[in-house]
Amino acid sequence: MYEIRIHSRGGQGGVTAARLLATAALHDGNNATACPFYGAERRGAPVVSFVRIDECPIKIYSQIRTPDMVVILDESVIDTVDVLQGLKKGGRVFINSPRTRGFAGFTTYATDLTGIALREDLVVAGSPILNTPVLGALAKIGIVSAGSVTTAIRGMFTDERNARVAQEAYAETKL
Amino acid sequence: MPAGCTAAFQGIYPKTAFSVPVVNIAFGAAAACASGISSLYKAAGKKTRVIVYAGDGGTLDIGLQAMSGAFERGTDFLYICYDNEAYGNTGMQRSSATPLGAKTTTTPGGKPEGKKDIDAIIAAHRPPYQATACASYPQDLFRKVEKALTFRGPSFIHVLSPCPPGWRYSAEKTVEIGKLAVKSGTWVLYEREHGKLTISPPSKAAMKQPVPIEEYLSLQGRFKGIDADTVVHLKEEIAGQHRELTSRETKP
Amino acid sequence: MKKIATGNKAIAEAVRQVRPDVVAAYPITPQSEIVETIADFVAGGQLESQFIPVESEHSAMAACIGASIAGGRTFTATSSQGLLYMHEMTNWAAGARLPVVMANVNRALAPGWNIWAEHTDAIQERDTGWLQVWVATVQEAYDTILMAFRIAEHNRVLLPVMVNLDGFTLSHIMQPLDTVEPGDFIPPIHLPDIVNPKNPVGYGALTGPADYFRFRWEIERSMRDAGAVITETQKEFAKRFGRTYGFTEDYRCEDADVVVISLGTLGKEAEVAIDNLRSEGIRAGSMRLRWFRPFPQLDLAGKEVVVIDRNYSFGFGGVIAHSIRSKNLVPVFSVIAGLGGQEVTYDDIADFVRNRHSGEEFWFGVNDRV
Repeated sequence: MYEIRIHSRGGQGGVTAARLLATAALHDGNNATACPFYGAERRGAPVVSFVRIDECPIKIYSQIRTPDMVVILDESVIDTVDVLQGLKKGGRVFINSPRTRGFAGFTTYATDLTGIALREDLVVAGSPILNTPVLGALAKIGIVSAGSVTTAIRGMFTDERNARVAQEAYAETKL
Repeated sequence: MPAGCTAAFQGIYPKTAFSVPVVNIAFGAAAACASGISSLYKAAGKKTRVIVYAGDGGTLDIGLQAMSGAFERGTDFLYICYDNEAYGNTGMQRSSATPLGAKTTTTPGGKPEGKKDIDAIIAAHRPPYQATACASYPQDLFRKVEKALTFRGPSFIHVLSPCPPGWRYSAEKTVEIGKLAVKSGTWVLYEREHGKLTISPPSKAAMKQPVPIEEYLSLQGRFKGIDADTVVHLKEEIAGQHRELTSRETKP
Repeated sequence: MKKIATGNKAIAEAVRQVRPDVVAAYPITPQSEIVETIADFVAGGQLESQFIPVESEHSAMAACIGASIAGGRTFTATSSQGLLYMHEMTNWAAGARLPVVMANVNRALAPGWNIWAEHTDAIQERDTGWLQVWVATVQEAYDTILMAFRIAEHNRVLLPVMVNLDGFTLSHIMQPLDTVEPGDFIPPIHLPDIVNPKNPVGYGALTGPADYFRFRWEIERSMRDAGAVITETQKEFAKRFGRTYGFTEDYRCEDADVVVISLGTLGKEAEVAIDNLRSEGIRAGSMRLRWFRPFPQLDLAGKEVVVIDRNYSFGFGGVIAHSIRSKNLVPVFSVIAGLGGQEVTYDDIADFVRNRHSGEEFWFGVNDRV
């Protein structure tokens, strides 16, 4: 089983990112579950979503304690949240950032998802859409296949820019 | 404080955001609970003021029975209703305070019914004091709260509370939108002391020279796509309310 | 197109396919998504239903009772405080023999406000005459709603049915969902004795001591018949749609020395614990109780029993533990865990089994490690 924890802020689409990721994994022929963790906070507060991907049926509902991968959609949550908590030895980090980032001891991938979204003017209520481009980055890293990402995105969004930003993120993500 | 937005941002155990004692109570029970506290303090001769702080859902809908009962019995308390015109805490479902034509998660096509006139319902209970206020006019609100607390018996303050995620606008426009509600005449600021009605200055000005309601509606995503007929109905509703208030206004 | 859905969305979709005449509901976290989705279906024309946005849960059930006694198919959804507020009327719905179907998203009771999973809300409805079932996956939530309407409206039952799902843990998790074409699996509603001005009858009026008890017996009689109707319905569902459900979901119980009994998602998490225990040489099994009313006859012969109660009856004990003690006349190790959304992992469940003390009660997080 592969466990991914996604960190974002309320209103940025972290929950949808989890949903898209799980859907793409289903299209790859795997099992997948996605779950946001709701605390008492609402908009703007840090939000965590969990995705589990496995060949076998997934029976675990409790929170992911030792993720294989951590995805950070909003760099600023690092100030208040221990984003690396429990990350397995040899685990990987993906961060939405225009700069090269490193987290000691973990392979880190950084792609400027915000920049990609802004280039395509994919902005809703003042926030750039991050949940579709991040799928492209995760496909490049090998979590899900690029084809399944496109299928999942097109199954949810009619605006073709969403599939495009995923493709751009795929291209820009350096392994 | 019943269930609602404020109960949520009160914070989570073991901390509280408020420096006054807050009794949390079931959604529909606020005014009844207040009756109990007030009754005890009265018997004990205590001067502690009892204030209910509830949203529109907890007041106009599920809390209506308890509030009517408390007012009818002349309970000594202040009831403040902060009105963001929907069930905000659960994700913006319609309440009876939702205005005609507004989109909510349970009225995706726009609410077919008009806004329930809770102020008229309260007025029918003949309380010593009632008022309307708006978050964009804080000084007016403070003055009305202070005045309400000078009365014995039930008083009611109905505060319009613009809500960025619920009304679908960008947060920095909150003050502007509250002001437009008043300036367009959609929300009328007034107070009633022992039945004597005084319309507050911003609303007097708005009645003389209202800003077109379209300016107020167009800033809010919840009114996007509202059809012309509905806007006409809204205008008629407002005009009717103004006629009613002006006719009852106590002339100097 | 592979579909993924939350528990709430799956229920809303099943309800859409069942085509209720009236849906009367009031918002409460974590149920709101069910009602919003149904409102969307109605507004978008995908469901021809009267949606009544009532002013409280007491009114929601009262409205369902009205619609049902007028001959309509009805549905509502609620949680915790809402279910409590409905309690006078849930009693009424069962007493009036009306096949209302409800989705209850299990949530802990206030005070203090707690929006996370706990079963006490529905457990407190156990005496009302409602049929009660607990689901543990999104797929099961969808399938069980379909079955619930057929069971409720069956002429040998005519009792309301409550489908329970864990708040947030199941209501908000996204899992794969296969929808079906129900066809005539749920026949058109045809209730006897609905309001008819041509044949005027009074419903539920004053009933004296010489007669009242007979009505109570009739409810129980139907509750007993419901067992057979549930079995038949689940068989028919399996035949048509290929998924099999029982009164329990048993995992590795046949040769088990010790069985863990629980309700809802804990029952799936328990299966992971079972596998870990088995690899340690402990022959454990998981029996996830689905139907709680009517309470089924469980086969626990020769097995040690660990019961996890996500509920409590103060001054008495965990309700499931006591139910099994009295129905099966076996001692149990009673674990009280998961209250207010308390996190319970497969490791914790395995510990409950490893450290079991038959006959005792263990409050997870309160009592010291056993």
